[in-house]
Amino acid sequence: MAEIILKNISKKFKEEEVVKNLNVTIRDGSFTVLVGPSGCGKSTTLRMIAGLEQQSSGDIWIGDECVNDLPPGKRNIAMVFQNYALYPTMTVRGNIEFGLKNKKVPKKEREILIREISEIVGLTDYLDKKPNKLSGGQRQRVALARAMVKKPKVFILDEPLSNLDAKLRSQMRSELIQLHKKLGTTFVYVTHDQVEAMSMGDEIAILNKGTIQQMGSPMNVYHEPNNIFTAEFIGTPAMNIFEYNKVKDHLSNLSRKVKFVGFRPEHALLALTEKEKDAGYLKLASEIITMETLGAETIYTVKNEAGVMHIKSFIPPFENAKELLVSIPYEKLYFFDQEGKRYRSVSTRQMDTALAGGA
Amino acid sequence: MTWNKIRPYLMISPAILVFSLFFIYPICYMIYLSMHDWNFVSPEKNFVGTANFTNLVSEKEFIEVMQNTFVYTALTVSLTIIIALILAVWLNKSGTIYGFVQGAIFSPHIISLVSISMLWMWLMDTDYGLLNWFLNLFGLPSVPWLTDPSTSLLSLAIVAIWKGIGFNTLIFIAGLQSIPRDIYEAAALDGTNRIRTFIKLTLPMLSPTLFFLTIIGIINSFQVFETISIMTQGGPINSTNTFVYYIYEYGFRFFKIGYASAAGVILLVIISIFTIMYFRLLARRVHYQ
Ligand SMILES: Nc1ncnc2c1ncn2[C@@H]1O[C@H](COP(=O)(O)OP(=O)(O)OP(=O)(O)O)[C@@H](O)[C@H]1O
Ligand SMILES: [Mg+2]
Repeated sequence: MAEIILKNISKKFKEEEVVKNLNVTIRDGSFTVLVGPSGCGKSTTLRMIAGLEQQSSGDIWIGDECVNDLPPGKRNIAMVFQNYALYPTMTVRGNIEFGLKNKKVPKKEREILIREISEIVGLTDYLDKKPNKLSGGQRQRVALARAMVKKPKVFILDEPLSNLDAKLRSQMRSELIQLHKKLGTTFVYVTHDQVEAMSMGDEIAILNKGTIQQMGSPMNVYHEPNNIFTAEFIGTPAMNIFEYNKVKDHLSNLSRKVKFVGFRPEHALLALTEKEKDAGYLKLASEIITMETLGAETIYTVKNEAGVMHIKSFIPPFENAKELLVSIPYEKLYFFDQEGKRYRSVSTRQMDTALAGGA
Repeated sequence: MTWNKIRPYLMISPAILVFSLFFIYPICYMIYLSMHDWNFVSPEKNFVGTANFTNLVSEKEFIEVMQNTFVYTALTVSLTIIIALILAVWLNKSGTIYGFVQGAIFSPHIISLVSISMLWMWLMDTDYGLLNWFLNLFGLPSVPWLTDPSTSLLSLAIVAIWKGIGFNTLIFIAGLQSIPRDIYEAAALDGTNRIRTFIKLTLPMLSPTLFFLTIIGIINSFQVFETISIMTQGGPINSTNTFVYYIYEYGFRFFKIGYASAAGVILLVIISIFTIMYFRLLARRVHYQ
């Protein structure tokens, strides 16, 4: 078990800087998820931690050891690859045992370990099969078993579930969470799927273009995004964000720094007609473009003066309606400045007066 | 109905015809000849049954020819593959130098064997050859490359290795590049040293390539002819006389066609065995994902 610290880590491929001055502390025993769009440098970061890629500058600490010059085999890390990277010529047993043999673990001990691990991942019946005779999920388990058997200080997993079908993926997801609980080892998990990140991680680091956008617990990054990128990346449907200028009539008097306004699709209230005396809401008369009824919830795509937005509603759908009034409570609005940074110093009182002044 | 049944046969018939004419017929004719005594010109072919075969296998010269062929094949194939494998591992990198070396060692493969034989005859000349000149330069004694029975077969093997290495290396490099990189990364994380990685991962992953090159090498070496015909004519003292050269001598110099055909049949059987082995094992796939 160990904490991982990345200090001023940068990585250049030729002239292209794909990871820029990363400073991250991954808590000991945490399940940390690195999430971000394709090509943002997640795998590169992971591979630098594993030692498969040398950082261009900066230090990597695992536990209380600086591992900059340690080869991958000496870092006490186990990695699960996206496409498993099993040894095709060896049986399942051979795959699991290979690392132990390298470390000259005696045969008896090896056998005990293999039996133990293969029971945990449910592979006991497949020990003498070659990987090409196994299903995707089983191969994934072999990869896990191979990682677990080494009893590493850190597990790193690079999109390990992306090759599985939806059902198996959600099953493996919960199995991985349980496994993490059981082992208590530090897990670093890479995915580009924000749902996976939210459901699995106890800590999420959102990466874009080689820089960390925000790091925190899933709820924290969901409710308190620091910038537009995080706000839009986390949550489905994404947060509605529009230019402040377009709603200035309803929300005047705000700081000049505010350039964008946003709200989460589920925070808007819907009604057919305006009720009087509803202060404290941003109200937008909207036209319904589409309506998806998903059973418990309904997702509306509507158009109004601010643009096109998605609204998630849990009340029975408005059949046949063409127009709706969308009301967003002031306290559920998010404000951002020109650079997309969150602008926090807007109080609801300010907005109330804004409304009074505007109306 | 019947047309549909006939059509496929009709469509492959040209291929079958050509195949029969140029392949099946000569083989049958060779087997027919191997049971006769014939001197190529006489209108009569005397049937002698299996006499040609029994004579062949009881003859000292033929036994020597067999031995030579086996030794030559074993030397050529094993050394070519070992050297090519080492070169492939070394050259399997990107960079202009590696590309150049790859091209350079491949070039003998496209030169005609006649030119190669001439070149090496000169290089290996006992008195004026470049090889001995080098040896002498370092104070070593001259080697009678092609003129001594104890070195002549090895010298021919060296020529074949020199010619074959480029092709073998190229195929090995292709094999190496088809091994996914991430299993090497997994091995690195498992703390595997280089030698163990090579033995436990690279070699098994290369086994189809290794097998392919071995069989192709054996089949080629068994049929060696040009270098022998030009460089040694089977000598000195029969030390480089191999299968095909022997057949050629008996057929076209001594005009004992039946005798030569019998040797040809034996060669055919040996090569067929290797070919069948190849296709059998290929079907079972030595291994792969
Ligand atoms: N070996 C390499 N040489 C050159 N560029 C590379 C190399 N590896 C990665 N890159 C570049 O670095 C960037 C980040 O790659 P990386 O694999 O870390 O992305 P990722 O976040 O894992 O994306 P994905 O979700 O698609 O796996 C990409 O633009 C990629 O083209
Ligand atoms: Mg990746």
